[in-house]
Amino acid sequence: MQVNMTVNGAEVNEEIEPRHLLVHFIRDQLGLTGTHWGCDTSNCGTCVVLIDGEPVKSCTQLAAMAGGHEVTTVEGLEVDGVLDPIQEGFMQCHGLQCGFCTPGMMLTARALLNSNPNPTEEVIREAISGQICRCTGYSTIVRSIQWAADHETNVSLRSAS
Amino acid sequence: MTTTATTTATDTATDTATTTATDTATASEEETTPDERPIGFGRLLRKEDPRLIRGMGQFVDDVSLPGMLHLAILRSPVAHARIVSIDKSAAEAHPNVVAVITGEDLAAQGLAWMPTLSNDVQAVLATDKVRFQHQEVAFVVATDRYSARDALELIEVDYDWIDPVVDVRSALDQDSPVIRDDLENKADNHIFDWETGDEAATNEVFERADVVVSEEIVYPRVHPAPMGTCGCGANVERVSGQVTLWCTTQAPHAHRTVYALVAGLPEHKIRVIAPDIGGGFGNKVPIYPGYVCAIVASLVIGKPVKWMEDRTENLVSTGFARDYVMKADIAATKDGRILAIRTNVLADHGAFNGVAAPVKYPAGFFGVFTGSYDLEAAHAKMTAVYTNKAPGGVAYACSFRITEAVYLVERIVDCLAYELDMDPAELRLKNFIKPEQFPYETKTGWVYDSGNYEPAMRKAMDMAGYAELRREQVERRARGELMGIGVAFFTEAVGAGPRKDMDILGLGMADGCELRVHPTGKAIVRLSVKTQGQGHETTFAQIVSEEIGIPPEDIEVIHGDTDNTPFGLGTYGSRSTPVSGAAAAMVTRKVRDKAQIIASGMLEVSVADLEWTKGAFSVKGDPSKSVTIQEIAMKAHGAGDLPDGIEGGLEAQICYNPENLTYPFGAYICVVDVDPGTAVVKVRRFIAVDDCGTQINPMIVEGQVHGGLADGVGMALMEIIGFDEDGNCTSSSLMDYLIPTALETPDWETGHTVTPSPHHPIGAKGIGESATVGSPPAIVNAIVDALKPFGVRHADMPLTPSRVWETMQGNHTPPI
Repeated sequence: MQVNMTVNGAEVNEEIEPRHLLVHFIRDQLGLTGTHWGCDTSNCGTCVVLIDGEPVKSCTQLAAMAGGHEVTTVEGLEVDGVLDPIQEGFMQCHGLQCGFCTPGMMLTARALLNSNPNPTEEVIREAISGQICRCTGYSTIVRSIQWAADHETNVSLRSAS
Repeated sequence: MTTTATTTATDTATDTATTTATDTATASEEETTPDERPIGFGRLLRKEDPRLIRGMGQFVDDVSLPGMLHLAILRSPVAHARIVSIDKSAAEAHPNVVAVITGEDLAAQGLAWMPTLSNDVQAVLATDKVRFQHQEVAFVVATDRYSARDALELIEVDYDWIDPVVDVRSALDQDSPVIRDDLENKADNHIFDWETGDEAATNEVFERADVVVSEEIVYPRVHPAPMGTCGCGANVERVSGQVTLWCTTQAPHAHRTVYALVAGLPEHKIRVIAPDIGGGFGNKVPIYPGYVCAIVASLVIGKPVKWMEDRTENLVSTGFARDYVMKADIAATKDGRILAIRTNVLADHGAFNGVAAPVKYPAGFFGVFTGSYDLEAAHAKMTAVYTNKAPGGVAYACSFRITEAVYLVERIVDCLAYELDMDPAELRLKNFIKPEQFPYETKTGWVYDSGNYEPAMRKAMDMAGYAELRREQVERRARGELMGIGVAFFTEAVGAGPRKDMDILGLGMADGCELRVHPTGKAIVRLSVKTQGQGHETTFAQIVSEEIGIPPEDIEVIHGDTDNTPFGLGTYGSRSTPVSGAAAAMVTRKVRDKAQIIASGMLEVSVADLEWTKGAFSVKGDPSKSVTIQEIAMKAHGAGDLPDGIEGGLEAQICYNPENLTYPFGAYICVVDVDPGTAVVKVRRFIAVDDCGTQINPMIVEGQVHGGLADGVGMALMEIIGFDEDGNCTSSSLMDYLIPTALETPDWETGHTVTPSPHHPIGAKGIGESATVGSPPAIVNAIVDALKPFGVRHADMPLTPSRVWETMQGNHTPPI
């Protein structure tokens, strides 16, 4: 079947099997390997992408379901060579170690800051609670998101998506 | 022990006291400006991050080659059964399937079995029978990953059920089925007996002790569950015979050699590349059947083949951790002087003995169960057995079984505190090895290199506000609330290890390092170890930078590619900094020594007349006459003569054989609240004071500690790989194997003291596993403390609400 969607601002028209999961479509067909796969049960959240600005576990959606929607992956966070403050925050605050969960964490954080520019620690922890990080113990991820909130710029693709 | 060594240690202890007294800031107080870029040690943003935050890392599953095929593994649905027949015809008929291979097919090539890292053998694909649920039985290679998995369902296997051995306690019963009938003359499920310490001396101390406390302490089976599962991409070039394996391995060089020894592949034709790895924690040390299957498939088919586990496969078949049932006794005087500890351990190693530990240490470094205390005697006995469960045992940041050892000693010390009605912090302070006793040889023969325990304990107590917490606890208890304060103090033994004692499959545990300084003064350093998130590309650049004064950003770190790095045993057991980090420092000193000779020629003075400040040699007494390392590098590669006997170029390679292990330590305090109505445990605070000697990058050290503390919350509260009576794994997905999220973990409070290692060139010790080792007892001790009003002295992990509730009702049962 044919699927049409916008991925990181670009129109995508692709032929897919109806059963293809969005995560495999993004990784294998579009070659955007920044989106990772980590479990089969929607528990780990390493596959999170934004669909119309909302964080979604792409291992739990069929690619076909994203048809007609705007998808943002980690590759879409940097715009014209300018990092999203979320990306900068994760570097500044050691919010990543192996980097495997990081794309999903950053996209959830982006969605959070778009809807709540000044989240409390409690709100941040709640927002990322559907995702697992095995390396950081989460404190530095929380700090990274707080750093981004303190350094938010207007280059928001961000609020656009 | 030589006088020199003793002197050094005494000096260290003195230095430490000074350092500790002055260097007691908590991590949050040490914030430096983000733009600060140290030359050498200090907080430095990671060199790995720019690619990872852009989604431009390259993990194994990201490797894609033209024509690459996909491999999927058929696994046994039962724990113990004879294979009667396998019908693969329907799978072979699938239009997208290229090959279907069974154990019988592999046996024809002599590849159905492979050695484990403990000199046992493990089936690559089962031939005679399956020995654990989800064991590998056959594999399919297809043009895409969906078709490969579709075809698995078309393979029909007829199994003849055998009763499984699930309960470790009954594994040696006479009527227990023999799991390993593949081994010649094997009539039981026994693997090994092991002991350490002096049994007679220990029993003598117990006989005269005022107080003896005994407890059975279970450390249940858990799993590292890294976010990235295991997998590989194999490409065997038909004409040249070159094998390239992109693999999730923490030990690429060791893997290469094992493939050469096992499969008879010529080692110079094997290249193992470990690209970015989505966490390891020991899960990515062993060689798994899937890797061998992918190599065989590529060899047979002549195309690149990729195999990636799904999450279930990772949890049910790859290296688990722990699974020790430990009977522990502690002897003390009535005023709280600890005299001796003894233990008797039953170890569940699963269906194949796949422990990744040095050969002479079948129980890993469990011998450090004497902990941080000055004992009169100690003794441990252990029996390891086969059961119908997945193989493994040494993983999940355990530092070769030190997790189990530290949990044992820190739990039994708390049981003693309970019986003596003593404060657990005071009891520990009373029994610590004193700073002047280092280097300290334990009653089980381990020589602790350096330590200064009391300042670390005092600092943790200060940070926690320990006395105030105890007062608060009294008030809350009076109101019927369940607040607990848990204390744990650990000493680790990391950095395996001296090659006279330590090898894996005959490979000595030393590590190579090569440094090249280019003409313009930029450098490239090549490591044998492999990061899985620990930040080696940053910290190793900092080590070289500290020694030679080249800024870290001008130093490229190459690792994870056997064709392009020197041999070494890899990253696990917190050994990277103790061994490979030492190699990096020593190779840099070797280069610097050569640079000094070249500088003497450039400045026309003798070598002895030069002094080194970071980045330049200058003439003693005349600092205006100096040459920078960059100028020396150009001279080394440039025109004109060099001093007599000096070759051109500025590079060196070494192999570092550590003199001893390093012994990091730490004091942890945990505060929990248990809901009396629901038995839900909330970790309110966690204070961790770690001492890993010299810190290369405090930001990364803090990160390593944080991660381990979260592991501790997982193990203490929720993680367990469980089995039903038929041997079915009941923790086969992340729906059932629970891992802490941001909601179950507190904002960690960390601090440190600095007691350098006297034998490590930069005084550093390992830190990667300290918190995973030290935090579970702190949390369990806190929960048991909270339950003191119920008369609870011990409770086994995982302390889920239901298990805590049962404990409150007096119905506590071990988890296995």
